[in-house]
Amino acid sequence: MHQSTTVLLIEVGALMFLLGLLGRLSRRFGISPIPLYLLAGLAFGHGGLLPLNASEEFFSVGAEIGVILLLVLLGLEYSADELVGNLRAAAPVGLLDAVLNALPGAAFALILGWGWVAAVVLAGVTWVTSSGVVAKVLADLGRLGNRETPVVLSVLVMEDLAMALYLPLLTALLAGTGLLGGGIALGIAVLAVTVVLVVAIRFGGWISKAISARDPEALLLGIFGLTLLVAGVAAQLKVSAAVGAFLVGIAVSGPVAHHATRLLSPLRDIFAAVFFLFFGLTTDPAHLPPVLLPAIGLAIATIATKILTGYVAARRAGIAVRGRWRAGLALTPRGEFSIVIAGLAVATPGINPELGALATAYVLITVVVGPIIARLPDFEWFKALLRPRPTVVAAVPVQATEAQGALTQHTPDATGQ
Amino acid sequence: MEQTSLPGIGVRHDFVTEAGRRLGVVSHRDGRRALIVYDRDDPDARLAAIPLTDDEAEALADLLGASLMLGQLAGLRDQAAGLLTEQIALPASSPFVGRPLGDTRARTRTSASIVATLRAAQVIPSPGPDFRFESGDVVVAVGTRKSLDALTRILADNDPDG
Repeated sequence: MHQSTTVLLIEVGALMFLLGLLGRLSRRFGISPIPLYLLAGLAFGHGGLLPLNASEEFFSVGAEIGVILLLVLLGLEYSADELVGNLRAAAPVGLLDAVLNALPGAAFALILGWGWVAAVVLAGVTWVTSSGVVAKVLADLGRLGNRETPVVLSVLVMEDLAMALYLPLLTALLAGTGLLGGGIALGIAVLAVTVVLVVAIRFGGWISKAISARDPEALLLGIFGLTLLVAGVAAQLKVSAAVGAFLVGIAVSGPVAHHATRLLSPLRDIFAAVFFLFFGLTTDPAHLPPVLLPAIGLAIATIATKILTGYVAARRAGIAVRGRWRAGLALTPRGEFSIVIAGLAVATPGINPELGALATAYVLITVVVGPIIARLPDFEWFKALLRPRPTVVAAVPVQATEAQGALTQHTPDATGQ
Repeated sequence: MEQTSLPGIGVRHDFVTEAGRRLGVVSHRDGRRALIVYDRDDPDARLAAIPLTDDEAEALADLLGASLMLGQLAGLRDQAAGLLTEQIALPASSPFVGRPLGDTRARTRTSASIVATLRAAQVIPSPGPDFRFESGDVVVAVGTRKSLDALTRILADNDPDG
Protein backbone atom coordinates (compact mmCIF):
# COMPACT_ATOMS: atom_id res chain seq x y z
CA MET A 1 0.00 0.00 0.00
CA HIS A 2 1.22 3.49 -0.83
CA GLN A 3 2.69 5.35 2.10
CA SER A 4 0.38 8.40 1.82
CA THR A 5 -2.66 6.14 1.68
CA THR A 6 -1.59 4.47 4.91
CA VAL A 7 -1.21 7.82 6.67
CA LEU A 8 -4.59 8.86 5.24
CA LEU A 9 -6.25 5.76 6.68
CA ILE A 10 -4.70 6.37 10.07
CA GLU A 11 -5.67 10.04 10.17
CA VAL A 12 -9.22 9.52 8.89
CA GLY A 13 -9.73 6.54 11.17
CA ALA A 14 -8.45 8.33 14.25
CA LEU A 15 -10.54 11.43 13.58
CA MET A 16 -13.71 9.44 12.85
CA PHE A 17 -13.20 7.47 16.04
CA LEU A 18 -12.78 10.72 17.93
CA LEU A 19 -15.99 12.06 16.38
CA GLY A 20 -17.74 8.91 17.54
CA LEU A 21 -16.60 9.53 21.11
CA LEU A 22 -17.63 13.18 20.88
CA GLY A 23 -21.06 12.22 19.53
CA ARG A 24 -21.50 9.96 22.49
CA LEU A 25 -20.41 12.65 24.90
CA SER A 26 -22.89 15.11 23.42
CA ARG A 27 -25.72 12.60 23.82
CA ARG A 28 -24.74 12.16 27.48
CA PHE A 29 -25.19 15.89 28.06
CA GLY A 30 -28.21 16.15 25.78
CA ILE A 31 -26.66 18.72 23.45
CA SER A 32 -26.17 18.76 19.69
CA PRO A 33 -22.88 17.16 18.57
CA ILE A 34 -22.29 19.98 16.02
CA PRO A 35 -20.27 22.26 18.37
CA LEU A 36 -18.03 19.36 19.42
CA TYR A 37 -17.33 18.42 15.78
CA LEU A 38 -16.42 22.02 15.03
CA LEU A 39 -14.10 22.19 18.05
CA ALA A 40 -12.42 18.94 16.99
CA GLY A 41 -11.85 20.46 13.56
CA LEU A 42 -10.31 23.58 15.11
CA ALA A 43 -7.97 21.44 17.19
CA PHE A 44 -6.62 19.44 14.25
CA GLY A 45 -6.68 22.02 11.47
CA HIS A 46 -4.31 24.73 10.28
CA GLY A 47 -2.75 26.37 13.29
CA GLY A 48 -4.48 23.95 15.66
CA LEU A 49 -2.97 21.79 18.40
CA LEU A 50 -2.04 18.93 16.07
CA PRO A 51 -2.37 19.79 12.38
CA LEU A 52 -3.14 16.86 10.09
CA ASN A 53 -2.25 17.15 6.41
CA ALA A 54 -2.49 13.83 4.62
CA SER A 55 -6.28 13.58 4.93
CA GLU A 56 -7.21 17.12 3.99
CA GLU A 57 -8.22 16.26 0.42
CA PHE A 58 -10.36 13.37 1.62
CA PHE A 59 -12.14 15.56 4.13
CA SER A 60 -12.62 18.28 1.55
CA VAL A 61 -14.49 15.92 -0.79
CA GLY A 62 -16.27 14.29 2.14
CA ALA A 63 -17.48 17.70 3.32
CA GLU A 64 -18.99 18.42 -0.13
CA ILE A 65 -20.83 15.12 -0.01
CA GLY A 66 -21.88 15.92 3.56
CA VAL A 67 -23.62 19.13 2.50
CA ILE A 68 -25.36 17.31 -0.35
CA LEU A 69 -26.60 14.55 1.96
CA LEU A 70 -27.75 17.06 4.62
CA LEU A 71 -29.83 18.81 1.99
CA VAL A 72 -31.28 15.76 0.24
CA LEU A 73 -32.48 14.39 3.58
CA LEU A 74 -33.97 17.75 4.47
CA GLY A 75 -35.83 17.64 1.15
CA LEU A 76 -36.98 14.08 1.81
CA GLU A 77 -38.55 15.19 5.09
CA TYR A 78 -40.95 17.51 3.32
CA SER A 79 -43.42 16.62 0.64
CA ALA A 80 -44.06 19.11 -2.14
CA ASP A 81 -47.67 19.46 -0.95
CA GLU A 82 -46.53 20.50 2.52
CA LEU A 83 -44.17 23.11 1.11
CA VAL A 84 -46.76 24.65 -1.20
CA GLY A 85 -49.62 24.30 1.29
CA ASN A 86 -47.55 26.11 3.87
CA LEU A 87 -46.41 28.84 1.50
CA ARG A 88 -49.44 31.10 1.43
CA ALA A 89 -50.21 31.06 5.15
CA ALA A 90 -46.60 31.41 6.26
CA ALA A 91 -45.28 33.84 3.66
CA PRO A 92 -45.72 36.99 5.83
CA VAL A 93 -44.02 35.25 8.75
CA GLY A 94 -41.21 34.08 6.46
CA LEU A 95 -40.70 37.63 5.28
CA LEU A 96 -40.66 38.98 8.84
CA ASP A 97 -38.19 36.24 9.78
CA ALA A 98 -35.89 37.21 6.91
CA VAL A 99 -36.02 40.93 7.68
CA LEU A 100 -35.56 40.58 11.44
CA ASN A 101 -32.75 38.05 11.31
CA ALA A 102 -30.86 38.60 8.07
CA LEU A 103 -30.50 42.38 8.42
CA PRO A 104 -28.55 42.30 11.73
CA GLY A 105 -25.99 39.96 10.14
CA ALA A 106 -25.65 42.12 7.04
CA ALA A 107 -25.37 45.31 9.10
CA PHE A 108 -22.75 43.67 11.27
CA ALA A 109 -20.53 42.75 8.30
CA LEU A 110 -20.84 46.28 6.91
CA ILE A 111 -19.93 47.82 10.30
CA LEU A 112 -16.82 45.61 10.45
CA GLY A 113 -15.98 46.86 6.94
CA TRP A 114 -15.98 43.42 5.30
CA GLY A 115 -17.74 44.56 2.14
CA TRP A 116 -21.20 43.85 0.78
CA VAL A 117 -20.58 40.29 -0.46
CA ALA A 118 -19.58 39.33 3.09
CA ALA A 119 -22.70 41.17 4.26
CA VAL A 120 -24.87 38.88 2.11
CA VAL A 121 -23.02 35.87 3.55
CA LEU A 122 -23.40 36.93 7.18
CA ALA A 123 -27.06 37.79 6.57
CA GLY A 124 -27.62 34.14 5.63
CA VAL A 125 -25.62 32.90 8.62
CA THR A 126 -27.78 34.77 11.13
CA TRP A 127 -31.05 34.25 9.25
CA VAL A 128 -31.46 30.49 9.21
CA THR A 129 -32.46 28.50 12.27
CA SER A 130 -31.13 24.95 12.41
CA SER A 131 -34.11 22.77 11.53
CA GLY A 132 -32.23 19.67 12.67
CA VAL A 133 -31.50 21.04 16.15
CA VAL A 134 -34.97 22.57 16.62
CA ALA A 135 -36.80 19.42 15.51
CA LYS A 136 -34.75 17.44 18.01
CA VAL A 137 -35.35 19.94 20.82
CA LEU A 138 -39.11 19.88 20.18
CA ALA A 139 -39.17 16.09 20.23
CA ASP A 140 -36.98 15.91 23.35
CA LEU A 141 -39.19 18.37 25.23
CA GLY A 142 -42.31 16.48 24.13
CA ARG A 143 -43.70 19.54 22.40
CA LEU A 144 -44.75 17.93 19.11
CA GLY A 145 -48.38 17.99 20.18
CA ASN A 146 -48.29 21.60 21.34
CA ARG A 147 -50.39 24.05 19.39
CA GLU A 148 -47.53 26.47 18.76
CA THR A 149 -45.38 23.73 17.18
CA PRO A 150 -46.86 24.06 13.66
CA VAL A 151 -45.93 27.75 13.80
CA VAL A 152 -42.33 26.87 14.63
CA LEU A 153 -42.23 24.24 11.89
CA SER A 154 -43.69 26.56 9.29
CA VAL A 155 -40.96 29.11 10.01
CA LEU A 156 -38.38 26.35 9.47
CA VAL A 157 -40.04 25.25 6.23
CA MET A 158 -40.12 28.80 4.90
CA GLU A 159 -36.42 29.24 5.66
CA ASP A 160 -35.49 25.98 3.99
CA LEU A 161 -37.47 26.95 0.92
CA ALA A 162 -35.92 30.43 0.94
CA MET A 163 -32.49 28.77 0.99
CA ALA A 164 -33.31 27.22 -2.39
CA LEU A 165 -33.28 30.77 -3.76
CA TYR A 166 -30.65 32.32 -1.48
CA LEU A 167 -27.89 29.74 -2.07
CA PRO A 168 -27.83 30.09 -5.88
CA LEU A 169 -27.78 33.86 -5.51
CA LEU A 170 -24.91 33.63 -3.04
CA THR A 171 -23.01 31.11 -5.18
CA ALA A 172 -23.20 33.47 -8.15
CA LEU A 173 -22.15 36.50 -6.08
CA LEU A 174 -19.18 34.61 -4.65
CA ALA A 175 -18.18 33.51 -8.13
CA GLY A 176 -17.76 37.21 -8.86
CA THR A 177 -20.37 37.33 -11.60
CA GLY A 178 -21.89 40.47 -10.11
CA LEU A 179 -25.55 41.40 -9.99
CA LEU A 180 -26.34 40.20 -13.50
CA GLY A 181 -24.88 36.74 -12.86
CA GLY A 182 -26.68 36.63 -9.52
CA GLY A 183 -29.93 37.53 -11.24
CA ILE A 184 -29.49 34.77 -13.83
CA ALA A 185 -28.68 32.19 -11.12
CA LEU A 186 -31.71 33.33 -9.14
CA GLY A 187 -33.86 33.03 -12.27
CA ILE A 188 -32.64 29.48 -12.93
CA ALA A 189 -33.23 28.59 -9.27
CA VAL A 190 -36.79 29.98 -9.25
CA LEU A 191 -37.52 28.07 -12.47
CA ALA A 192 -35.97 24.85 -11.14
CA VAL A 193 -37.80 25.04 -7.82
CA THR A 194 -41.14 25.75 -9.52
CA VAL A 195 -40.69 22.94 -12.05
CA VAL A 196 -39.69 20.46 -9.34
CA LEU A 197 -42.63 21.42 -7.11
CA VAL A 198 -45.15 21.21 -9.97
CA VAL A 199 -43.71 17.93 -11.25
CA ALA A 200 -43.55 16.48 -7.73
CA ILE A 201 -47.17 17.41 -6.98
CA ARG A 202 -48.57 16.29 -10.36
CA PHE A 203 -46.37 13.29 -11.14
CA GLY A 204 -44.73 12.54 -7.79
CA GLY A 205 -46.36 9.12 -7.78
CA TRP A 206 -44.78 8.21 -11.12
CA ILE A 207 -41.28 9.26 -10.10
CA SER A 208 -41.53 7.30 -6.91
CA LYS A 209 -42.89 4.28 -8.78
CA ALA A 210 -40.05 4.38 -11.31
CA ILE A 211 -37.60 3.98 -8.43
CA SER A 212 -38.68 0.74 -6.80
CA ALA A 213 -38.53 0.71 -3.02
CA ARG A 214 -38.21 -3.05 -2.81
CA ASP A 215 -34.49 -3.58 -3.32
CA PRO A 216 -32.63 -1.61 -0.62
CA GLU A 217 -29.22 -1.84 -2.31
CA ALA A 218 -30.49 -0.62 -5.67
CA LEU A 219 -32.50 2.11 -3.97
CA LEU A 220 -29.51 3.32 -1.96
CA LEU A 221 -27.25 3.45 -5.00
CA GLY A 222 -29.99 4.91 -7.18
CA ILE A 223 -30.93 7.77 -4.86
CA PHE A 224 -27.35 8.49 -3.82
CA GLY A 225 -26.19 8.52 -7.44
CA LEU A 226 -29.12 10.62 -8.63
CA THR A 227 -28.53 13.14 -5.85
CA LEU A 228 -24.82 13.52 -6.59
CA LEU A 229 -25.54 13.78 -10.32
CA VAL A 230 -28.19 16.48 -9.93
CA ALA A 231 -26.05 18.31 -7.36
CA GLY A 232 -23.10 18.23 -9.75
CA VAL A 233 -25.15 19.51 -12.67
CA ALA A 234 -26.61 22.25 -10.45
CA ALA A 235 -23.10 23.27 -9.39
CA GLN A 236 -22.05 23.33 -13.05
CA LEU A 237 -24.95 25.70 -13.78
CA LYS A 238 -23.77 27.81 -10.79
CA VAL A 239 -27.05 27.13 -8.96
CA SER A 240 -25.32 25.52 -5.94
CA ALA A 241 -24.99 21.77 -5.46
CA ALA A 242 -26.88 21.95 -2.17
CA VAL A 243 -30.02 23.26 -3.85
CA GLY A 244 -29.90 20.52 -6.49
CA ALA A 245 -29.78 17.92 -3.72
CA PHE A 246 -32.64 19.61 -1.83
CA LEU A 247 -34.80 19.50 -4.96
CA VAL A 248 -34.12 15.78 -5.47
CA GLY A 249 -35.30 15.21 -1.91
CA ILE A 250 -38.52 17.11 -2.53
CA ALA A 251 -39.26 15.37 -5.82
CA VAL A 252 -39.14 11.94 -4.19
CA SER A 253 -42.12 11.17 -1.98
CA GLY A 254 -44.23 8.40 -0.50
CA PRO A 255 -42.81 5.00 0.49
CA VAL A 256 -39.66 5.57 -1.60
CA ALA A 257 -38.90 8.72 0.41
CA HIS A 258 -39.50 6.82 3.62
CA HIS A 259 -37.10 4.01 2.67
CA ALA A 260 -34.54 6.39 1.19
CA THR A 261 -34.52 8.39 4.44
CA ARG A 262 -33.79 5.25 6.39
CA LEU A 263 -31.03 4.13 4.02
CA LEU A 264 -29.33 7.51 3.59
CA SER A 265 -29.43 8.60 7.26
CA PRO A 266 -26.33 6.63 8.33
CA LEU A 267 -24.41 7.97 5.31
CA ARG A 268 -25.59 11.47 6.17
CA ASP A 269 -24.40 11.03 9.76
CA ILE A 270 -20.89 10.11 8.59
CA PHE A 271 -20.48 12.78 5.95
CA ALA A 272 -22.24 15.57 7.86
CA ALA A 273 -19.81 14.96 10.74
CA VAL A 274 -16.98 15.15 8.19
CA PHE A 275 -18.45 18.41 6.93
CA PHE A 276 -18.53 20.08 10.35
CA LEU A 277 -15.07 18.73 11.10
CA PHE A 278 -13.73 20.04 7.79
CA PHE A 279 -15.16 23.49 8.44
CA GLY A 280 -13.33 23.49 11.77
CA LEU A 281 -10.17 22.21 10.05
CA THR A 282 -10.12 25.09 7.58
CA THR A 283 -10.75 27.71 10.27
CA ASP A 284 -7.59 29.06 11.86
CA PRO A 285 -8.05 29.13 15.66
CA ALA A 286 -5.75 32.18 15.73
CA HIS A 287 -8.60 34.12 14.12
CA LEU A 288 -11.03 33.20 16.89
CA PRO A 289 -10.06 35.45 19.85
CA PRO A 290 -10.46 38.77 17.95
CA VAL A 291 -13.95 37.80 16.70
CA LEU A 292 -15.17 36.30 19.96
CA LEU A 293 -16.69 39.47 21.40
CA PRO A 294 -18.34 40.47 18.10
CA ALA A 295 -19.72 36.92 17.84
CA ILE A 296 -21.23 37.14 21.33
CA GLY A 297 -22.79 40.51 20.48
CA LEU A 298 -24.17 39.17 17.20
CA ALA A 299 -25.49 36.06 18.94
CA ILE A 300 -27.32 38.09 21.61
CA ALA A 301 -28.82 40.44 19.02
CA THR A 302 -30.01 37.70 16.67
CA ILE A 303 -31.27 35.45 19.47
CA ALA A 304 -33.44 38.38 20.51
CA THR A 305 -34.71 38.94 16.95
CA LYS A 306 -35.46 35.21 16.57
CA ILE A 307 -37.46 35.23 19.81
CA LEU A 308 -39.40 38.21 18.48
CA THR A 309 -40.01 36.37 15.18
CA GLY A 310 -41.41 33.31 16.95
CA TYR A 311 -43.47 35.44 19.33
CA VAL A 312 -45.09 37.44 16.55
CA ALA A 313 -45.65 34.36 14.37
CA ALA A 314 -47.37 32.54 17.24
CA ARG A 315 -49.52 35.58 18.06
CA ARG A 316 -50.67 35.70 14.44
CA ALA A 317 -51.73 32.05 14.80
CA GLY A 318 -53.81 32.87 17.89
CA ILE A 319 -51.48 31.24 20.43
CA ALA A 320 -51.58 32.44 24.05
CA VAL A 321 -48.72 34.32 25.70
CA ARG A 322 -46.87 31.32 27.11
CA GLY A 323 -47.03 29.50 23.77
CA ARG A 324 -45.65 32.58 22.03
CA TRP A 325 -42.60 32.55 24.30
CA ARG A 326 -42.15 28.83 23.72
CA ALA A 327 -42.23 29.37 19.94
CA GLY A 328 -39.75 32.27 20.11
CA LEU A 329 -37.28 30.61 22.43
CA ALA A 330 -37.34 27.35 20.45
CA LEU A 331 -36.24 29.04 17.24
CA THR A 332 -32.88 30.49 18.33
CA PRO A 333 -30.28 27.78 17.52
CA ARG A 334 -28.36 28.28 14.26
CA GLY A 335 -26.49 25.31 12.90
CA GLU A 336 -25.86 23.34 9.76
CA PHE A 337 -27.15 25.93 7.27
CA SER A 338 -25.11 28.74 8.78
CA ILE A 339 -22.01 26.59 8.43
CA VAL A 340 -22.97 25.59 4.87
CA ILE A 341 -23.29 29.27 3.95
CA ALA A 342 -20.05 30.26 5.66
CA GLY A 343 -18.37 27.22 4.08
CA LEU A 344 -19.24 28.48 0.60
CA ALA A 345 -17.78 31.87 1.46
CA VAL A 346 -14.48 30.93 3.12
CA ALA A 347 -13.44 28.98 0.01
CA THR A 348 -13.67 32.23 -1.98
CA PRO A 349 -10.66 34.54 -2.30
CA GLY A 350 -11.36 38.14 -1.31
CA ILE A 351 -13.59 37.22 1.63
CA ASN A 352 -12.12 38.19 4.98
CA PRO A 353 -10.78 34.94 6.55
CA GLU A 354 -12.11 36.09 9.91
CA LEU A 355 -15.62 35.45 8.59
CA GLY A 356 -15.13 31.70 8.96
CA ALA A 357 -13.96 32.14 12.53
CA LEU A 358 -16.86 34.48 13.32
CA ALA A 359 -19.37 32.01 11.88
CA THR A 360 -17.81 29.18 13.89
CA ALA A 361 -17.94 31.13 17.14
CA TYR A 362 -21.46 32.34 16.37
CA VAL A 363 -22.81 28.86 15.65
CA LEU A 364 -20.98 27.45 18.70
CA ILE A 365 -22.73 30.00 20.91
CA THR A 366 -26.25 29.76 19.48
CA VAL A 367 -26.30 26.00 19.06
CA VAL A 368 -25.31 25.52 22.71
CA VAL A 369 -27.35 28.37 24.22
CA GLY A 370 -30.44 27.87 22.00
CA PRO A 371 -31.56 24.44 23.26
CA ILE A 372 -30.93 25.57 26.85
CA ILE A 373 -33.09 28.70 26.64
CA ALA A 374 -35.73 26.67 24.75
CA ARG A 375 -36.38 24.94 28.08
CA LEU A 376 -37.02 28.17 30.00
CA PRO A 377 -40.81 28.25 29.47
CA ASP A 378 -41.14 24.87 31.20
CA PHE A 379 -39.85 26.24 34.51
CA GLU A 380 -42.34 27.35 37.14
CA TRP A 381 -40.68 30.72 37.74
CA PHE A 382 -40.95 31.54 34.04
CA LYS A 383 -44.63 30.62 34.02
CA ALA A 384 -45.13 32.72 37.16
CA LEU A 385 -43.56 35.70 35.41
CA LEU A 386 -46.08 35.46 32.59
CA ARG A 387 -49.12 34.79 34.79
CA PRO A 388 -51.47 37.78 35.08
CA ARG A 389 -51.57 39.23 38.60
CA PRO A 390 -54.36 37.59 40.64
CA THR A 391 -55.57 40.79 42.38
CA VAL A 392 -58.85 40.86 40.43
CA VAL A 393 -59.88 37.42 41.66
CA ALA A 394 -59.16 38.21 45.30
CA ALA A 395 -61.37 41.31 45.17
CA VAL A 396 -64.57 39.35 44.55
CA PRO A 397 -65.51 36.92 47.38
CA VAL A 398 -67.68 34.60 45.22
CA GLN A 399 -64.87 34.00 42.79
CA ALA A 400 -62.45 33.38 45.61
CA THR A 401 -63.93 29.93 46.29
CA GLU A 402 -63.75 29.11 42.60
CA ALA A 403 -60.14 30.17 42.58
CA GLN A 404 -59.53 27.87 45.50
CA GLY A 405 -61.12 24.99 43.66
CA ALA A 406 -58.96 25.73 40.67
CA LEU A 407 -55.92 25.83 42.91
CA THR A 408 -56.47 22.32 44.27
CA GLN A 409 -56.88 21.06 40.73
CA HIS A 410 -53.61 22.62 39.72
CA THR A 411 -51.56 21.05 42.44
CA PRO A 412 -51.08 17.64 40.77
CA ASP A 413 -50.03 19.39 37.53
CA ALA A 414 -47.42 21.41 39.34
CA THR A 415 -45.93 18.41 41.12
CA GLY A 416 -46.13 16.35 37.98
CA GLN A 417 -43.72 18.62 36.15
CA MET B 1 -62.17 18.64 14.82
CA GLU B 2 -59.15 20.62 13.66
CA GLN B 3 -56.51 19.12 11.39
CA THR B 4 -53.06 20.68 11.30
CA SER B 5 -50.16 19.44 9.20
CA LEU B 6 -46.77 19.22 10.90
CA PRO B 7 -44.29 19.45 8.01
CA GLY B 8 -41.61 16.80 8.32
CA ILE B 9 -43.40 15.05 11.17
CA GLY B 10 -47.00 14.17 10.35
CA VAL B 11 -50.47 15.41 11.20
CA ARG B 12 -52.17 16.60 14.37
CA HIS B 13 -55.91 16.38 14.99
CA ASP B 14 -57.41 18.10 17.96
CA PHE B 15 -60.69 19.37 19.34
CA VAL B 16 -62.20 20.96 22.45
CA THR B 17 -64.59 18.78 24.43
CA GLU B 18 -67.92 20.01 25.77
CA ALA B 19 -66.30 20.22 29.21
CA GLY B 20 -63.75 22.66 27.81
CA ARG B 21 -60.74 20.37 27.67
CA ARG B 22 -58.63 20.06 24.55
CA LEU B 23 -57.69 16.61 23.26
CA GLY B 24 -55.51 15.74 20.31
CA VAL B 25 -53.77 12.97 18.43
CA VAL B 26 -50.38 13.41 16.75
CA SER B 27 -49.89 10.91 13.93
CA HIS B 28 -46.26 10.59 12.88
CA ARG B 29 -45.52 9.79 9.28
CA ASP B 30 -43.87 6.51 10.24
CA GLY B 31 -47.09 5.28 11.87
CA ARG B 32 -46.35 6.15 15.50
CA ARG B 33 -49.02 8.19 17.21
CA ALA B 34 -49.54 9.88 20.54
CA LEU B 35 -52.61 10.93 22.47
CA ILE B 36 -52.25 14.52 23.66
CA VAL B 37 -54.07 15.97 26.65
CA TYR B 38 -53.77 19.74 26.83
CA ASP B 39 -53.16 21.87 29.87
CA ARG B 40 -56.26 23.58 31.27
CA ASP B 41 -54.06 26.49 32.32
CA ASP B 42 -52.19 26.95 29.09
CA PRO B 43 -54.39 25.89 26.18
CA ASP B 44 -51.44 25.48 23.78
CA ALA B 45 -49.24 23.20 25.87
CA ARG B 46 -49.56 19.49 26.35
CA LEU B 47 -50.16 18.23 29.88
CA ALA B 48 -49.43 14.69 28.76
CA ALA B 49 -48.36 13.07 25.53
CA ILE B 50 -49.04 9.36 25.59
CA PRO B 51 -47.39 7.32 22.83
CA LEU B 52 -49.63 4.50 21.62
CA THR B 53 -48.68 1.32 19.76
CA ASP B 54 -50.93 0.02 16.95
CA ASP B 55 -52.66 -2.43 19.28
CA GLU B 56 -53.18 0.12 22.04
CA ALA B 57 -54.62 2.68 19.65
CA GLU B 58 -56.95 0.08 18.19
CA ALA B 59 -58.07 -1.09 21.62
CA LEU B 60 -58.77 2.48 22.73
CA ALA B 61 -60.66 3.24 19.54
CA ASP B 62 -62.71 0.07 19.98
CA LEU B 63 -63.58 0.97 23.55
CA LEU B 64 -64.70 4.48 22.68
CA GLY B 65 -66.40 3.49 19.41
CA ALA B 66 -68.28 0.52 20.84
CA SER B 67 -69.67 2.37 23.85
CA LEU B 68 -70.95 5.06 21.53
CA MET B 69 -72.77 2.49 19.38
CA LEU B 70 -74.24 0.78 22.46
CA GLY B 71 -75.58 4.10 23.71
CA GLN B 72 -77.36 4.69 20.42
CA LEU B 73 -78.74 1.16 20.32
CA ALA B 74 -80.10 1.29 23.85
CA GLY B 75 -82.60 3.88 22.65
CA LEU B 76 -83.63 1.73 19.71
CA ARG B 77 -84.30 -1.28 21.91
CA ASP B 78 -86.93 0.52 23.97
CA GLN B 79 -88.94 1.49 20.94
CA ALA B 80 -89.69 -1.92 19.48
CA ALA B 81 -90.84 -4.51 22.01
CA GLY B 82 -89.95 -8.08 21.11
CA LEU B 83 -87.22 -7.01 18.71
CA LEU B 84 -83.68 -7.22 19.97
CA THR B 85 -80.50 -5.56 18.76
CA GLU B 86 -77.32 -7.42 19.24
CA GLN B 87 -73.65 -7.06 18.42
CA ILE B 88 -72.18 -10.28 17.10
CA ALA B 89 -68.43 -10.50 16.71
CA LEU B 90 -67.40 -12.34 13.55
CA PRO B 91 -65.18 -15.21 14.76
CA ALA B 92 -61.73 -15.34 13.17
CA SER B 93 -62.56 -18.87 12.04
CA SER B 94 -65.79 -17.78 10.38
CA PRO B 95 -66.24 -19.08 6.82
CA PHE B 96 -67.42 -15.58 5.81
CA VAL B 97 -64.12 -13.75 6.46
CA GLY B 98 -63.24 -12.27 3.07
CA ARG B 99 -66.63 -13.17 1.58
CA PRO B 100 -69.55 -10.87 0.77
CA LEU B 101 -72.47 -10.43 3.16
CA GLY B 102 -74.84 -11.77 0.46
CA ASP B 103 -73.27 -15.20 0.80
CA THR B 104 -74.66 -15.59 4.33
CA ARG B 105 -78.27 -15.27 3.02
CA ALA B 106 -78.89 -14.25 6.63
CA ARG B 107 -82.18 -12.47 6.17
CA THR B 108 -83.72 -15.28 4.13
CA ARG B 109 -82.60 -17.99 6.50
CA THR B 110 -83.12 -16.31 9.89
CA SER B 111 -85.25 -13.18 9.26
CA ALA B 112 -82.70 -11.25 11.34
CA SER B 113 -81.43 -8.11 9.66
CA ILE B 114 -77.82 -6.87 9.65
CA VAL B 115 -78.12 -3.11 10.13
CA ALA B 116 -74.50 -2.12 10.56
CA THR B 117 -70.97 -3.39 10.87
CA LEU B 118 -68.31 -2.07 13.24
CA ARG B 119 -64.82 -2.18 11.84
CA ALA B 120 -61.78 -0.68 13.56
CA ALA B 121 -63.86 1.91 15.43
CA GLN B 122 -65.75 2.83 12.27
CA VAL B 123 -69.44 2.23 11.85
CA ILE B 124 -70.48 1.04 8.41
CA PRO B 125 -74.26 1.56 8.29
CA SER B 126 -76.55 -0.76 6.26
CA PRO B 127 -73.92 -2.85 4.48
CA GLY B 128 -75.14 -4.14 1.09
CA PRO B 129 -75.05 -7.75 -0.14
CA ASP B 130 -71.65 -7.21 -1.78
CA PHE B 131 -70.09 -5.84 1.44
CA ARG B 132 -67.06 -8.02 2.25
CA PHE B 133 -66.45 -9.16 5.83
CA GLU B 134 -63.04 -8.89 7.39
CA SER B 135 -61.61 -10.62 10.39
CA GLY B 136 -62.43 -8.60 13.52
CA ASP B 137 -65.70 -7.17 12.20
CA VAL B 138 -68.59 -6.85 14.63
CA VAL B 139 -72.05 -7.25 13.09
CA VAL B 140 -74.98 -5.29 14.52
CA ALA B 141 -78.22 -7.19 13.85
CA VAL B 142 -81.90 -6.65 14.66
CA GLY B 143 -84.28 -9.58 15.12
CA THR B 144 -86.07 -11.90 17.54
CA ARG B 145 -84.10 -13.86 20.11
CA LYS B 146 -84.36 -17.01 18.02
CA SER B 147 -83.34 -15.41 14.74
CA LEU B 148 -80.37 -13.65 16.33
CA ASP B 149 -79.16 -16.93 17.81
CA ALA B 150 -79.43 -18.55 14.39
CA LEU B 151 -77.49 -15.69 12.81
CA THR B 152 -74.74 -16.10 15.43
CA ARG B 153 -74.44 -19.77 14.46
CA ILE B 154 -74.42 -18.98 10.73
CA LEU B 155 -71.61 -16.49 11.19
CA ALA B 156 -69.66 -19.05 13.22
CA ASP B 157 -69.95 -22.08 10.95
CA ASN B 158 -72.63 -21.40 8.29
CA ASP B 159 -75.10 -23.74 10.00
CA PRO B 160 -78.28 -22.05 11.40
CA ASP B 161 -79.33 -25.09 13.43
CA GLY B 162 -75.95 -25.39 15.07
